[in-house]
Amino acid sequence: MTERIDVLKTYKLYIGGQFPRTESGRYYAVKNANGKLIANMCLASRKDFRDAVVAARSAFSGWSGKSAFNRSQILYRIAEMMESRRTQLIDELLLLGYKSVDANNEVSAAIDRMVYYAGWCDKYQQVFSSVNPVASPHFNFSVPEPTGVVAIVASQQSALIGLVSAIAPVIAGGNTCVVLAAEQLPLSAISFAEIIHSSDVPAGVVNILTGKVSELLKYFADHMDVNAVVTYQLTNQEMQLVKEKSALNVKRVVEYNAISWLDDTAQSPYFITDVQEIKTTWHPIETVAAGKSGY
Amino acid sequence: MPAVTAFLPDFRNTPQIDHVGVEERAARFTKRSIKTESKVEGLKLALNMIDLTTLEGKDTDGKVKQLCYKAMHLHDAYPGLPTVAAICVYPSMVAVAKKALQGSNVKVAAVATAFPSGQASRDVKLRDTKFAIDQGADEIDMVISRGKFLQGEYNFVFDEIAAIKEACGNARLKVILETGELVTYDNVRRASEIAMYAGADFIKTSTGKIQPAATMPVTLVMLEAIRDFYYRTGKKIAMKPAGGISKAKAALHYLVMVQETLGTDWLSNEWFRFGASSLANDVLMQLEKERTGVYQAANYFSID
Repeated sequence: MTERIDVLKTYKLYIGGQFPRTESGRYYAVKNANGKLIANMCLASRKDFRDAVVAARSAFSGWSGKSAFNRSQILYRIAEMMESRRTQLIDELLLLGYKSVDANNEVSAAIDRMVYYAGWCDKYQQVFSSVNPVASPHFNFSVPEPTGVVAIVASQQSALIGLVSAIAPVIAGGNTCVVLAAEQLPLSAISFAEIIHSSDVPAGVVNILTGKVSELLKYFADHMDVNAVVTYQLTNQEMQLVKEKSALNVKRVVEYNAISWLDDTAQSPYFITDVQEIKTTWHPIETVAAGKSGY
Repeated sequence: MPAVTAFLPDFRNTPQIDHVGVEERAARFTKRSIKTESKVEGLKLALNMIDLTTLEGKDTDGKVKQLCYKAMHLHDAYPGLPTVAAICVYPSMVAVAKKALQGSNVKVAAVATAFPSGQASRDVKLRDTKFAIDQGADEIDMVISRGKFLQGEYNFVFDEIAAIKEACGNARLKVILETGELVTYDNVRRASEIAMYAGADFIKTSTGKIQPAATMPVTLVMLEAIRDFYYRTGKKIAMKPAGGISKAKAALHYLVMVQETLGTDWLSNEWFRFGASSLANDVLMQLEKERTGVYQAANYFSID
């Protein structure tokens, strides 16, 4: 019998529900701790980012318009799919040089985190909404609404849990996102894209790029159709660039630094509200006489 | 009988369209590398070739006025932009558009002849056309009777176009073939010839109400018909692809195709138009991207 040739996976980008190669045709090598070549990854260009933003924008109205309960179901579905691909996720972490026990813990934590945010999908609105006392005949209330298209620069130090912890609160709140995965730990990101792809998440809600922060950061920050930039563990110099460029269309800039990913402090509904806008409505009360100050 | 063939289409001389060849050739035009400076010029040219269109049952005076304002002020933040070529509306809106566009070079085109189906009597179509002309339309977009054409009644189609042309007077006549209903490229070629010989000033692909609307291969077939007609008669016919062209990149591809099929003589809004509504904003966004170096968002451009 002839020797069988392994069928190796080509890791590609995830844009608009498809897995295209980078438009630029460029690649970079990912090596493990021992210097062994693991995979050639797409080196995404600014045009890939542009395409991803177009996809995210067109997916936004559909995703934010879904009922919160439905979004919750879909996030839970992602967790289910992760569970069923557990071994694949663990194997990829091992390939990167993780210890077996660490890989196991990280995958478990990532799945649990997804379930955590699935639960929050239809609850954060009640917690963070308010009825406000005002001194005029108005019924005045405030509710959080999704910011829009969110560009995320995921942690460069985490393969899976950092990515999941970055994406989950953003999409739980009805935003769509474009994520730049960790440059040297990108395998799990693309496998996670496959999971998203098979979890009833509409095309364009999550878009994942692999490439260099130094190349893409400027475009993440200055694209006029991006409403918020979320960054993890960038340097002061990088953050200065982000803040300057974001001023162009007054993007919301959210900056996270030291996070212990496996810890409970890495999950909170405040990660959801960081990319929400508070809309306040003044609703006139019909019988003016009934309108006393305060609610 | 060369004397006769000069006035009537002779399908014995019409080439059979090579389906595969046309599509391959059309796809080739999308692969040209266009450098930044040419791109900016191309985008401005495309902008100047647009027939900004609103053809909906729900059109109101206000909508048409707003569109006319947009035609003249595409994006005031960008200095030195051209206007679009024309506004394209239903005959009932011509007077409103004409008034709103006073003092500008933007023309008013009206779709007539029982647009979009064309299923009405000759008399109704002629009166529809005359009404639009009386209201002040500079250009008439007519539809051919596709049913009659597919039945093989080419004389009927020819005579109808000739009659409408006569009713148009000095207004330029665009003849819509509605290629999405003509089934084959050979039919498109034939309909193009009938229209050109019958007196069309423009041949136009589609109403925009039928899918598929304008595609590159279909436009190429029509451009080649225009080229052959020009060689045979010395008369230039203009071209207007309409419907489905909504991206700046696609517009540039069309310009490349015109340039490589008919030459630079056709690269002005007298000889080439885009029938579109959302194309203008995408072209503007690309121009702003080139000017500022920053990817743009639709939020910062006028609604169309």
